[in-house]
Amino acid sequence: MHVMLWLAEGTWEGCVDAAAPLIPADARVSLLYVVAEDVPHAAAAAAEGLMGRWRPRPGLTEQMAAEATASGEALVAAAAELLGRADAGQVIRRGRVEREVVQAAEAADLLVAARDGDRSRLGPHSLGPATRFVVDHAPCAVLLVWPDEAPDVDSIPPPPDGGHRHPHPPRPARGEPPPPPDRR
Amino acid sequence: MSGAATEVLAIVLLGATLVVAVVRPRGISEAVVAVPAAALVVALGILPLHVAVEEARSLGPTIGFLAAVLVLAGMAERDGLFAAAGTWMAAASRGRPVALLALVFVVGSTVTAILSLDATVVLLTPVVFATAARVRLRARPHVYACTHLANSASLLLPVSNLTNLLAYRASGLSFARFGAIMALPWLAAIAVEWLLLRRFFASDLVGRGVTDGGRRVAPPIYPVAVIALTLLGFFVTSIVHIDPAFAATAGAVALVVAAVRSGKASLRDVVRAVDVPFLAFVLALGLIVGAVSYRGLGNAVDQLVPHGASLWSLLALAALAAVLANAINNLPAVLLLLPAAAAGGAGPVMAVLIGVNTGPNLTYVGSLATMLWRRTLRRHEAEPPTSEFLRLGALTVPPVLLVATLALWLSLRVVG
Repeated sequence: MHVMLWLAEGTWEGCVDAAAPLIPADARVSLLYVVAEDVPHAAAAAAEGLMGRWRPRPGLTEQMAAEATASGEALVAAAAELLGRADAGQVIRRGRVEREVVQAAEAADLLVAARDGDRSRLGPHSLGPATRFVVDHAPCAVLLVWPDEAPDVDSIPPPPDGGHRHPHPPRPARGEPPPPPDRR
Repeated sequence: MSGAATEVLAIVLLGATLVVAVVRPRGISEAVVAVPAAALVVALGILPLHVAVEEARSLGPTIGFLAAVLVLAGMAERDGLFAAAGTWMAAASRGRPVALLALVFVVGSTVTAILSLDATVVLLTPVVFATAARVRLRARPHVYACTHLANSASLLLPVSNLTNLLAYRASGLSFARFGAIMALPWLAAIAVEWLLLRRFFASDLVGRGVTDGGRRVAPPIYPVAVIALTLLGFFVTSIVHIDPAFAATAGAVALVVAAVRSGKASLRDVVRAVDVPFLAFVLALGLIVGAVSYRGLGNAVDQLVPHGASLWSLLALAALAAVLANAINNLPAVLLLLPAAAAGGAGPVMAVLIGVNTGPNLTYVGSLATMLWRRTLRRHEAEPPTSEFLRLGALTVPPVLLVATLALWLSLRVVG
């Protein structure tokens, strides 16, 4: 079994901690970090808008991408240490984050990703746009972990009609149409 | 030549000048086409000589002022001012993403207001990128904040944006009065950007990075002191009715002398920082736009521009300026709109500035430039801008325009 951990700043430690007890001892592990290339491009594009004054230094975009790569390598190395798996493969890719993750996950049986969205209002927004894309398009099973403590079931607000229904309605029997979803 | 033919020729020359300025084929200076085009405009009589001289005379001090600010920022960078700002932000954020974003807002708005948006885009943004990597936080919100603030936070002072310098001359306001009127719109624009960027990038502002307890770099006291004194000088000179360009020049000279004496910069570096081709480009662009205005488009603009200082006409003017800045880039946009706006006094001029300064966030750099830029990028096999940046622009520009113009309207009633 090949388990791939997608690591990003801010959530990588939680991702490693949550995944560590769940990874089989004999599984092959790789640690993935993607350098977002659009960010240096955005910085360079802003300089283009200055109509010629202050020519951006040649190679600035490349220099920023190189800095980001070095920082990603350090992050992945730190994650390997935290995981206690010196044998873990370290994969650094460059490009559009969500697409690179999906591409990389082709080689894996299980992709571990951390939720990185808005934790104050759980729901669709608890996944950031890149994570959402990865969950929707991953070519393998995805294990979604909370980067810190998992929320309590009580954090789900009561349904709008007063809360007399069970928060998790029983599954419909096979053949029956599913009930309309609860609108939160 | 007939009136229509001269008008068409002037517009063609303006278009060629703008395209070359954006594409810069083989890295040639934007002045290479602009200066001959301006000479042609005068030689063919499209812009009469006496009008050209008058135009050049009014642009001259502005260009001197710009040169001084360019040198001030360039020399401050050599003294390590921006690197020190990065170190300070890394340490003060203590690995907290929202704290780092707040620091980027403070530093970015201050640098933009005092040393111009150019300094934020070219000198501060790479430092912010490196800082985020250093404290192991996602760079995206911080870098995008820099690029947005370079535009939105360039409302405060005449030196914050070249468009402001041009408008400052046209408005006849003093430096201090300009700042007093624009203080509220400036703060309003920054506040709106803060609220929207925090929400937009919520998923990138998670977790905690590392605390950067390492290298402590002492802030470079000399450039900070010179810049602070120069800023003070802007207000003092304006109160005693001396051109604040002198304060900028004094500050630039103080940094240049120190840098050359300590061997941090050669005279060649100083000449490069002055950027003579760019100054020539601004002068030439002013003359070409002058010709386009003179040959009839000025009247058309005058009829299009809403007059008066009511809230509605200020809003309409700001929106028009934002659209024009995105259509043809903000520099020619402000040159075209200023004569008509200046007739209505300070309020309309400031509304034009809100439009041309904050508007470019809508399409990266103005749509003409965006298209050309995309083409240039494809040639270099790099990726075009993501839809994310465009969505962010569409989300922030309308509310920033609205709230800043509202603040301007209030400010005009209080400051007058």
